[in-house]
Amino acid sequence: MANERKINRTGWYFIIPVALLLAIFLLYPIFYSLYLTTTKTKGIVTSFIGFDNYIKLFNDPMFFLALKNTFKILLLQVPLMLISALIFAALLNNKKIKFRGFFRTAIFLPSVTSLIAYAILFKMLFSYEGIVNNTLLALNFINKPLDWFSDQTLATFVLILAMVWRWTGYNMIFYLSAMQNISSDLYEAAKVDGATEIKSFFSITIPLLRPMILFTTVMSTIGTLQLFDEPMNLAQGGTTASMVGPNNCFLTLSVYIYNLCFKYTPKFGYAATVSYAILVLVAILSYIQFRISKHSERTISKHVKPSLK
Amino acid sequence: MKKNKISFGLVISYIILIIASFFSLFPFFWIIIGATNSSVDILRGKLTIGSSFISNLKVLFGEANMGSALYNSMKIAFLTVILTLAITSMAAYGFQMYRTKAKENTYSFFLLTMMIPFASLMIPLFQIISRFRLLNSHSAIILVSSASVFMIFFFRQSFVNYPTEILQAARVDGASELRTFISIFVPSMKSTYAAAAIYTFMTSWNNYLWPLIVLQTNDKRTTTLLVSSMSSSYTPNYGVIMVAIALSTTPVIIVFFGFQKQFVEGMLGSVKQ
Repeated sequence: MANERKINRTGWYFIIPVALLLAIFLLYPIFYSLYLTTTKTKGIVTSFIGFDNYIKLFNDPMFFLALKNTFKILLLQVPLMLISALIFAALLNNKKIKFRGFFRTAIFLPSVTSLIAYAILFKMLFSYEGIVNNTLLALNFINKPLDWFSDQTLATFVLILAMVWRWTGYNMIFYLSAMQNISSDLYEAAKVDGATEIKSFFSITIPLLRPMILFTTVMSTIGTLQLFDEPMNLAQGGTTASMVGPNNCFLTLSVYIYNLCFKYTPKFGYAATVSYAILVLVAILSYIQFRISKHSERTISKHVKPSLK
Repeated sequence: MKKNKISFGLVISYIILIIASFFSLFPFFWIIIGATNSSVDILRGKLTIGSSFISNLKVLFGEANMGSALYNSMKIAFLTVILTLAITSMAAYGFQMYRTKAKENTYSFFLLTMMIPFASLMIPLFQIISRFRLLNSHSAIILVSSASVFMIFFFRQSFVNYPTEILQAARVDGASELRTFISIFVPSMKSTYAAAAIYTFMTSWNNYLWPLIVLQTNDKRTTTLLVSSMSSSYTPNYGVIMVAIALSTTPVIIVFFGFQKQFVEGMLGSVKQ
């Protein structure tokens, strides 16, 4: 018994190296930035200002603009990407399709590009005299070139399109692998019962993929809420320009924090307050997503599980 | 009638897949074309191989100093992979094989912090790093990236099904705990380590925000920083940028396609739980 306790204590030695780094580079920053939210820095003097930063936050139009931009991108991009990923995965899971390996690799390939690289690539593709405008002109869809990056709607469209291009294949791989783990007996049984392929997709594949769908949704939401590299590099002038995208439409929460810290005079205290706002948002959203999934899991298990057994 | 319907569905499937593959692959084709063209031709949307490849390459490795950026990225990625794998897999082993209530609580707390966006840690991290006098050093990037809670989670999930009897046997034979880990456990988990290595390599290679904050001089900067600063200059040379993008994407493609199978299996193993 004493021996077992000794062995269990040894377990801590395995954890110490990473715990040390996490304490310095994760725990300390979490609490320190909470403290920073109550301070204001002027020159080299940092003074305590209580809740002023929080009051400022609720009266800051730039913060609400960043919030609105981030959510606009989140609500359009994440569903579009995950649904496309699901469709491609379902098509590639069909044994009757030939060249599946080729299609899979082709659709996955965008996710090996770095975030910077594809942002710049899309900036070039959609430039005023670029390929996209030329093609649209040649097909007579438009009669003069579109200035993609001076209109807010068009610029947001390009950003979302770029993100969908980059991430769809990545999510598809997860769905596809999960689909391949579903026993084919289930589909056989459904077929015997007279279910169409589309019906079995919705009543077998989707419910069994639920954990994976939840995982990808949470990961994508966290990722999009932190969006930084793409808007920064799609915008003209990068980190130094006065506006991030037309009418600041690329001003996401992370970009705003970066600008507060490193662009003009650093406002660390206020930037930390904006950071905490993101933290609270991420926590709330993840909680909601888990609850929704728990709820639907319960509903599903009530209706589907008995027939699966 | 029924047969007709099925083949109609198949045709639609092929059309969707072909269109999706075309749009996925086209930018890659365009990178290769672009790398051989001048900046003016690229912006005009020229789609044929040009003759500027050598001159683009000369500019990239001359003025732009891509050689040093590639070396820096490689060095950072390589050291980050080694340090991350060592410390996070050890911690995961500690959590999984020596389970106690206190450890489970610590682990749950770690998991919670995974949701914290990097932007909210950025400012204190910057101040810590400058207090440690590590600004403008590669160690700042390696140390901060290596303390990855996601990797601890990933390893632990993959360790769940390991038969503990083997470890018990080693203990009875008198092997020390650390020795058991290094010479018995680690060798049997090769594919998990491979997946973790690929993931960490790709994350490190593509890292942008943190290096942007920490690295201040041109001789220290990584390929992502170089490519980004080239494209935001007042007169971007797009031909040169295309070569840079091609060169910075190649290592990731090689690493990924070399270990595609382990990567997908490893990632799946961690989600299934």
